[in-house]
Amino acid sequence: MSGLLKSSIGRKVAMALSGLFLVVFLTQHFVINLLSVFSEETHNTVSHFMGTNPLVQFGLQPVLIFGVFFHFIMGIKLELQNRKSRPVKYVSYNGGANATWMSRNMIYTGLVVLAFLGLHFYDFFIPELIHKYAENHTAEVGDATRYYAETIHKFEQPWRVGIYVVSFVLLMLHLLHGFQSSFQSVGFNNKYSKALKGFTTAWAIIIPLGFIFIAVYHHFNQLPH
Amino acid sequence: MKLTLKIWRQKNAQAKGQMVTYPIDGIDGDMSFLEMMDVLNNELINKGDDPVVFDHDCREGICGSCSMFINGEAHGPDRLVTTCQLHMRKFKDGDTITIEPFRAGGFPVIKDLMVDRSAFDRIQHAGGFISINTSGNTQDANAIPIEKADADAAFDAATCIGCGACVASCKNSSAMLFVSAKVSQFALLPQGKVEATDRVMNMVKQMDEEGFGNCTNTGACEVECPKGISLENIARMNREYMSASMKG
Repeated sequence: MSGLLKSSIGRKVAMALSGLFLVVFLTQHFVINLLSVFSEETHNTVSHFMGTNPLVQFGLQPVLIFGVFFHFIMGIKLELQNRKSRPVKYVSYNGGANATWMSRNMIYTGLVVLAFLGLHFYDFFIPELIHKYAENHTAEVGDATRYYAETIHKFEQPWRVGIYVVSFVLLMLHLLHGFQSSFQSVGFNNKYSKALKGFTTAWAIIIPLGFIFIAVYHHFNQLPH
Repeated sequence: MKLTLKIWRQKNAQAKGQMVTYPIDGIDGDMSFLEMMDVLNNELINKGDDPVVFDHDCREGICGSCSMFINGEAHGPDRLVTTCQLHMRKFKDGDTITIEPFRAGGFPVIKDLMVDRSAFDRIQHAGGFISINTSGNTQDANAIPIEKADADAAFDAATCIGCGACVASCKNSSAMLFVSAKVSQFALLPQGKVEATDRVMNMVKQMDEEGFGNCTNTGACEVECPKGISLENIARMNREYMSASMKG
């Protein structure tokens, strides 16, 4: 097992596994966000559980942060290495003849998602850390009911909703290749692959569209009637 | 047919090359692409110019020598053919055709359109063989029953001619389709299983050392492969590699 990450296949499998982990995370994030559309109370309860449960906070959250950092650092590293592997470029290269736009532009769609993550951390994660640890508000009454208001407040400004929509469209393009590709990377390519591709394609479209719907819904829902 | 050819000319491995334009006339649609190149070279020789250097041998799609990147695609716009099997009827009168060598760090240009693909030989030397001596004591072919599906998949993998179109087409210059075909043709058969662990580890190590890029599953290699080698082979190699790594 030693030196597995030094080999091209080891890195490819690691990229796939970290990507699959992020897909699972994205699914649970979507479900919790979707709750905010149906029930303020349930959204607050689940958010409070996720924000205070020690297993989530000190077990899953560090794994998630590691997964995110690993995926983008390794992705950038592999991209730089791949560019070096063709020192003299073609004068004419018809990439569209044999591969999808999504598969050829993972680095660009990934970088947009990374920039969005920066905004997302600034909007939610850092204020949450300040709230919990710097200002030590956790014992206050009403702390368990603040999540809904904080979430929808972020969707007040149209420019922020615009960034949100664009980022999730780019995430959709990233996932349209990435999700199904990760199965090929871990060695899964057989008679079930066609059906799996159908599922991953549907998932890659539905989940980002769902996130966009939630943002747009909260934006219009809080406009003065 | 009257055509304009834009061809990469490079004196030697060290020289800086450039695209040079050649008008050509009298090309028949039934000619192969290499015959068209022969016509051009005859003209160049008659004029006292250097002919365009390119690799070719069997001219029937078997040897894997011809290696041109035509209009942005390895072996040109047709599917499941090598450059020597590409017919000029695929082009129209008045077309401009761009012809470049296969480009990758692992395939340095020797001259014009000829590249050094000995990296593939070194990968093969690292494990693309079985060590059983079969000379003089050949087993009966049916002594060990082999599933039809496995035999077919091994045979399909073995049809790889090592032309390098996969590397040339891949945006990352990855050689995984070639290596996976060579790994698969042995991995599926009993003769190959004995050395399976060492084979995949050594071949992948050599592939990485040759400076080929990483596979990002774009599938361009499979589309451009003149022998239709499937991405299933790459998935198989990944499985073989992971299982060999666990053992190692």
